[in-house]
Order: sequence, then structure tokens, then C-alpha cells
Amino acid sequence: MSETMALARPRLGAGGEALAGLMLCLPATLAYLLLLLLPTLAAVLLAFTDYELGAPALAWIGLGNFEELLGDQGFRIALRNTLVYVSIVAPVSIAGALALALLIEAAARGRALFRAVFFLPVVSLPVAMATAWQYLLHPTIGPVNAVLAQFGVAGPAWLTSSDTVLLSLAFIGIWEAIGFNLVLFLAGLTAIPRELHQAAEVDGVTSAWERFRLVTWPLLGPTTLFVVTITMIRAVRVFDSVAVLTQGGPNRASEVLLYTMYTEGFTFFRLGYSAAITLVFLAIVLALMLLQTKVLDKRVHYG
Amino acid sequence: MAGIVIGGVQKRFGDFQALRGVSLAVAPGEFVALVGPSGCGKTTLMRIVAGIERQDAGTIGIGGRDVGGLRAADRDVAMVFQSYALYPHLTVAENIAVPLTMRRLSAWQRLPLLGRFWPGARAARAAIAADAAQAARSLGLGAMLDRRPAQLSGGQRQRVALARAIVRSPRAFLMDEPLSNLDAALRVQTRREIVEIHRRVGATTLYVTHDQSEALTMADRVAVMLAGEILQVDSPARIYADPADLRVASFIGSPRINTLAAALRQDGAVTVAGTPMGLRASGEAGEATLALRPEDVRLDAHGPLAVQAEHLEFLGESTLLHARHAVLGTPIALRLPPGAAAPEGTFRLGFAPQRALVFGPDGRRRAAQALEAAHV
Repeated sequence: MSETMALARPRLGAGGEALAGLMLCLPATLAYLLLLLLPTLAAVLLAFTDYELGAPALAWIGLGNFEELLGDQGFRIALRNTLVYVSIVAPVSIAGALALALLIEAAARGRALFRAVFFLPVVSLPVAMATAWQYLLHPTIGPVNAVLAQFGVAGPAWLTSSDTVLLSLAFIGIWEAIGFNLVLFLAGLTAIPRELHQAAEVDGVTSAWERFRLVTWPLLGPTTLFVVTITMIRAVRVFDSVAVLTQGGPNRASEVLLYTMYTEGFTFFRLGYSAAITLVFLAIVLALMLLQTKVLDKRVHYG
Repeated sequence: MAGIVIGGVQKRFGDFQALRGVSLAVAPGEFVALVGPSGCGKTTLMRIVAGIERQDAGTIGIGGRDVGGLRAADRDVAMVFQSYALYPHLTVAENIAVPLTMRRLSAWQRLPLLGRFWPGARAARAAIAADAAQAARSLGLGAMLDRRPAQLSGGQRQRVALARAIVRSPRAFLMDEPLSNLDAALRVQTRREIVEIHRRVGATTLYVTHDQSEALTMADRVAVMLAGEILQVDSPARIYADPADLRVASFIGSPRINTLAAALRQDGAVTVAGTPMGLRASGEAGEATLALRPEDVRLDAHGPLAVQAEHLEFLGESTLLHARHAVLGTPIALRLPPGAAAPEGTFRLGFAPQRALVFGPDGRRRAAQALEAAHV
């Protein structure tokens, strides 16, 4: 009897079991190593070289690329523009999404419709949408300026004037981010037990503002934290709209971090320099994630 | 102290009639338990009294004023929710203080930062904190004021919910199955504590439960609710011994009351499967139901009920003997004193006729009296 049992199930000792476990992990580990870890490592190493695409040799120049970055006017502008862009897109798209989510949650009907409408930008193709924006914001034939003209206002050249280009890009960024944030907030709102709102009512809460302060905002904490982090990281990553609409122009007014990295790497083929910019970008993203886990996490109540 | 008067309240959810004209009066200071199976509408009724839900028709009066049109915050009631509904981000002290903060501080004084410096805010907040701590101490939560709900056990959370209810003196207490999330031992203990609080505070209390033992042990009066209607409101003893409706008799009592299909002869005599039961009942002749509590049935070689033994259930303080009526096949259970010999095969059962309950075909109770044995 025991022999048939042993035949039916291959006998695995402690070592055999560990081996089987390792084998099962292998495909995922390989994919992680080859697709994520090695390229990242390569980028880190490249950042300390003067490698140019097609160059026969490369030299280790230590912190040379970073020294150059410090003195690079273009990089400074890109960094500043990116920060301006993030500081417009993140607060507006987060506050706007929260306000919209509260309105939709309070609506008696049409929740699914509003959710779908605001989520559309998230599922649509960024490049195609950018083209649509190009038409909408066109100084002469664009509907936006046509509407403004009705009110006697001469609309600016939204995407081609250095005064308005970053603002216009930020507006497009908000339009893209708000639907995503909205859906996250709506999910967070449905997770708040209804009984808490009812308890608040029985406890004497009469205004919507007090209800928001006592129940909704604190219980939305984990959602808000996630939304803040993800929105900032996504905003730092702005690239598609810049590449399609302005190519960083006019006069570098819409030059952003990732676009500079792209031009340095794939227009001027300075891959080493480009990798250094990538590292700066990576540092910013890591700093944001650290901010989430170390600072904000402590002040947010879970469960 | 104030009473609660519910008059002809109706509520409909889509096609489902949740409440079919419910009326109930809770006297000032009285503890009334609303008991019924799940889905009978008892929680809906309580939520309507609290103002969380709106009735389709009918009136709600609390403390002599009509509150049917008022929102929950203006009804001046306190409610203990089944889930306790504590604010998870607030400490025990802050949770208990919420009803006071909302009522004693002005909107300006409640402002996030500025409010602290508003005239009078400091003194008012200190008074609130003192009252909240007092309420917490009276429920044995004095050492836990700075903890958050997640750090408390189920029983402690339940106390915080109670403290939040008693911290101000509301016109009425509403409790929605407050013990159903506790384990059995804690439930019995907390049951006693709630009765103790009620005695001390003397507040009008409406207590919703599906557990009949809670209703019978805690309440001054019990209202039995089934399918959106209140069938009977009476003292626990009368609900048990003197049910007005067969459904009340069946719902209250564990093990369930025995019911036997019976007939009422023209002369009023009650028969089961043709055998006279030694009872006479009022009302029209025809079908009826004879109901007997398991403790009222006894082994009796000359009794009128012939039954077949089925199985025994040992309960500790007694043994439950399950049998079937020899002719009808209906189950009959009876309590045997501990150590009593259990009969086997076919045997006969008797009962005290004055303890038997007779119900008409409509389920309403019929007055019954014992016949002299000689007349049978």
C-alpha cells in the first residue's frame, strides 16, 4: 500500500522541494533580471561614461556628465518646467477629481455615465488625443479661440507662445489625470461604510462640510495618499504631449526632463549624458516614493 | 424623559413592503425590545425612528413632539449600531466626544485650526473632554482613552459605542442588534450591563434584536415583529405564556413550541386525530391548531397523545425527547428531567389542559378551558 502511494507521488526530499521551488521561480526571475535589472544597471553605468551611439569606444568619466548637467542651461530649464508642470497638474487634478467624485457619489443617478465620461481620456491614445488638442488649441482655426472671439477676447497662440505653452500642456495633463484620479477616489468613497455617515448624522452632524471633515476625508486617507503619489510620478513622466505638440518649444519654454533626455539620447546620440538625466529622473521618482512610505504613511489612518 | 410613539408607519422598497402600518408606543423610561427574524423590518423601523430612513406614511413622535419630518441630527436620539460605527481615525476619547462637539460647539469653534482660538472654545472643549472621560470611565474604558478602535477588542468597541450614546442625555436610545458581534460569554455579560445602564440612566430605549433570549431577559416589554407587522406587544412573561398569535408562539421559545393539527367540534371540544384532548375552545367549529410548550408535555400512560419515540437530545439540565405523533406524524418534543428513563417504541403523552394553547385557522388565539376528565 505504502509503495503504491510512493509511486503515485514522486518522492521529494527537502532538497528536491527547494529545487522545484527555485525552478518555478526561474522564469519570473530571468524576466526581471533581463528586462528590468540589467537595463537599469546599464543605464546607471552609462551615466558615468561618455558613450555616444555608434562611437567605437567609451571612456569612464566619473561624475563628468553630472558636472555638465549642473552647468547646462537646457537641463535647468527642463527641470524647472517639469517642476512647474507637476505643481500645477498634481494639485488641480487631485482636488478636481475629489470634488467630482464627491459630486458623482452624491448624485441620485447617472453615476456610471459620469464615471465613463471622465475616464475616457485615460483609456484613449495619448498621441491621438494630443493631435485633437492641437486642433482645439490652434490659434486661428481652433474652436477654443473661436469661442473666445465670440466674447471679444483675442485668444493667445496656446501652444506656440512661450507664455502659455506650459499652461496649455498642464491643462492637457490635468484633463488626462483627472479621470484616473476620479475613479480611484470613487472606489475609495464606496469603501467607506455607510453606517459611519449615518452614525455621524445621529451624532449631530448637519452640514456636508462637517460630514466630510469627520468621516469622508479621514477615511479617504489611504486613497488620497496613493492618488497623490501616483499623480506626481505620472506628472514627472510627462512626455507624449510635449513630443507631439511642441517638441520642447518654443524657445525651450516647454522643455521637460524626459524630453531633454530623449533629445540628448536619440537626437544628439549622447547616450551617456542621456543616462545621467535618467538617473536624475529616477532619483526624483524614488524621492516621491520615499515621501509616501516614510512621511505621509505615518499620518494616514489605515483600517 | 421622553417616550417614543410610532403611528401607522409604512415603508416600501421597490415592490417589497417592508413595513405594513406599524404602531408602537414606548413609555418614558421604558425598555422595549423589538424582536423578529431577519428581514422582518425591525431594523428598518429603528432607522426610521432615528431619522436615517424616511417613512412612506405614518408618524414618529419622540418626547411628545412630532419628529417625522426632522433629520436625524435634530431628533436628539442616540443610536448604537450593529457594526458599532466608530470613527476609526479617532481615539476612544474623541469618538465619545463627537456628539458633544457637534452640539456644544459652534461651527466657528469647530474650525480645524482657527476654532481652537475662538472665544469660549477652550473652556467648552475642556468640558467636553471631561464629560467624555466620565462616560468612558463609567463603562470601564478609563485606561483606553487614547487608543484607537482598531486596538480594541470587540467587547471594548461595543462599550465605546455605548459610551458615545450615553455621553449626552438623549431623548431616546436606539440599539440595533448591539450584541450580535460578540461571543456568547461576552454577550451575556454585556446584556446585563446594558440593563444596568438603562436602570441607571432611565432613558427610553428601543432595542432591536433577532435573539429572543435577549428580548425576554432585558426588556420591560417585547414587541414581536414578523413580515413588516407587529403581532404582539407584551411583557416577556405574557409573550411566552400567553401568545396572541400562532406565529408569536412559534417564534418565541426554544425549543420551538409543539404544534398539532387539531379540530374543533360543534360542542367546542378540541380533538387531535379524532381523539378528544380534554379541552374546550371558543369560536367557530372547524380546523384549529393545538400548541404545547415542550416543558408542558409529560409522559402519561393515560394521556391523550399516542407517539413514537425518535431520538434524545441531552441538554445538561434536562433531556429533550423527540417523538412523532403516531397518527399525524407531526414531531413532538418534551423535556424530561435529568436522569429520567427515556421510553422507547410507542408510548403516550399527557399535558396540563390549562397550559395548552389553541389557535384558529387564521392563527389567532382561541380562549380554551379544561374539561372534566369524565366528560371526554
